[in-house]
Amino acid sequence: MRHPLLTVIKQGRIKRRQRWLLINSILFATSLALCCAMLMFGNSYYPPQEIWSALTGNAAGGASFAVNTIRFPRMLAGFFAGIAFGIAGNTFQTMLRNPLANPDILGITAGSSVAALICILIFHTSNTVVSIASVIAGLLTVFLIFILSKGKSFSIGRLILVGIGIQAMLSAAISFLLMRGAQEDIPTALRWLNGSLNGAQLDSTIPLMITVILCAPIVAILGRQLGILELGEESATSLGLNTNQTRILLVLTSVAMLAIATATTGPIAFVAFLAGPIAKRLVGVGYSNVIPAGLVGVNLVLAADLIGQFAFTTRYPVGIITGLLGAPYLIYLLIRMNRKGSL
Amino acid sequence: MNNLIEKQVPKRHLPKHLIIVLVASIILLCLCVVASLAFGARFVSWNELLTGLFHPEIESFSSSVVQERIPRTIFSLLCGAALGVSGALMQSVTRNPIADPSILGVNTGAALFVVCGIAFFQISSAAEYIWFAIVGAMLTAIFVYGIGSMGSSGATPLKLVLAGAATSAALSSLVSAIMLSRTYVMDQFRFWQVGSVGSANWNLILTFLPFLVVGILLAIMTASALNALALGDEVATGQGVRTGMIRLIAAFAGVILCGAATALAGPIGFVGLLAMHLMRLILGADLRFTIPMSAISGAVILTIADIAGRIIGSPGELEAGVVTAFIGAPLLIFLAIRMKVRSL
Repeated sequence: MRHPLLTVIKQGRIKRRQRWLLINSILFATSLALCCAMLMFGNSYYPPQEIWSALTGNAAGGASFAVNTIRFPRMLAGFFAGIAFGIAGNTFQTMLRNPLANPDILGITAGSSVAALICILIFHTSNTVVSIASVIAGLLTVFLIFILSKGKSFSIGRLILVGIGIQAMLSAAISFLLMRGAQEDIPTALRWLNGSLNGAQLDSTIPLMITVILCAPIVAILGRQLGILELGEESATSLGLNTNQTRILLVLTSVAMLAIATATTGPIAFVAFLAGPIAKRLVGVGYSNVIPAGLVGVNLVLAADLIGQFAFTTRYPVGIITGLLGAPYLIYLLIRMNRKGSL
Repeated sequence: MNNLIEKQVPKRHLPKHLIIVLVASIILLCLCVVASLAFGARFVSWNELLTGLFHPEIESFSSSVVQERIPRTIFSLLCGAALGVSGALMQSVTRNPIADPSILGVNTGAALFVVCGIAFFQISSAAEYIWFAIVGAMLTAIFVYGIGSMGSSGATPLKLVLAGAATSAALSSLVSAIMLSRTYVMDQFRFWQVGSVGSANWNLILTFLPFLVVGILLAIMTASALNALALGDEVATGQGVRTGMIRLIAAFAGVILCGAATALAGPIGFVGLLAMHLMRLILGADLRFTIPMSAISGAVILTIADIAGRIIGSPGELEAGVVTAFIGAPLLIFLAIRMKVRSL
């Protein structure tokens, strides 16, 4: 005869697992739907059959051009950038155990932007060099923040303050580079200040796709350990986890995705910040948050891009919409954390 | 008990280096003025400078260059003074070393209101900018302080800075959204969005002056009460200071100063942080001296930043706001590193 408590626990587990699967399926379905919408809508509407024949190369001029050279790269860039921002943001938030400790606030995305801008505007390098440089700059920024905030005793508050300072400096550098590079070119400037999918091209999206396809599974597999890391250093070590190795691997893969996504679309505001907490709300505690965070990221980027394109009389780049959505949530989160005294 | 309070009150005699610092900073100020007149896209020699200044009737290219640079220099001095004092006031009112109009998001609030004014109320003159900016700065300051002081631990530096950063992010998304849909706003706004003293003229200076004078007078009047406040609310009340009233007046002065400066020059960050910490480092904690001296150091810092921007950015120019952020942000990092974990 089994202990009744055991049955309850087991049932709870099954329930949570079902919920996790259900939420992931729903998120996946909505992101697919958004992808289709990205392909179908634009200056003119194309039905699904026509898009299919355009993608397979059997369509006439107009549809083929619009779908293959504009909408498809845009959709791909949005999709993979969404995964990258969502997963990378979630990694930092989980590892540092604070939703405010995300790549946007800490200035990691700004570091990658600076490197990408230097490569593009001053040295006119190829996409590969831009990607590599932005990854290195992202890692350097992470390294710098940790070194500077180490001190005698680690404190997440100090880390965030140091991050805000670094972010301010890097933003000044971005303004400087933009002023020298493209003074009259407002679209470029907006892309680098807020993030935008305008002008996404297939060949510049390929490095992003490869990185996400390589790195996202690693983070997802390490996701279980990420959950253990969240319990704190001591519990993780006593559960037999090699904490430093796990951390380094997680930071490397996450920053790689984040940096290349930033180099491709610009720092799309607040996606890295929003995806983790939203995913956690949806799936609850106890299961890995990595995959749902990535899917929430996709949904956010694609939905925001569609809203920015069609909801208003002016076309807004995606970063403005995510900024408008994300910033109030940041303030709400701050108020809640202050009330609870957890800051 | 009386003895105890007297010991805690800052000593009445002058800080050790006051005279030296005063003389040195005035010399520095003069050097800045000369450099600001001489350097730029075109370098002006000493003789040309003197001719341009004292014989305006002689018409030559370099003398008109010098005359063009005069209002700019004066404006950057005044703006720097306003921002320096504003930062000093915000640091003492919130009792938080990491405070500055830009870090607390007050600048962005002023910017949002100016953009709204341009977009929805068709404002176009400097005087109208100032009023909108002051209202915006005031509302933002109240909002940020409200969020930052929630919870049991009160307004800690970390909470205030985070509230400022979050508010600033929220407001700047709004600014971009309003601006992008209206090209005419963007044209008007782009000139000052980055923070520059380059567009100064005599009219602007005359509009700005009353706000500067009122703000600095209020700051000097409240300085000794703020000194008492620095020892804690109980001590201050014990000395007969009406803490709420003093805070209100000082915050009001800080907001007027940064609002007016932001309205005319655009959001320029970190001048207040730098100016006040520099003076505190040299003169000590007595606000009766550090607040007025922050005006001078702020003026020097902004003018140097403006000159540096003109030299680095030539043949164009790099806006002063970019330069000050680049110098000021490391100070923010340094302060964060030095802070004790408990006081975050």
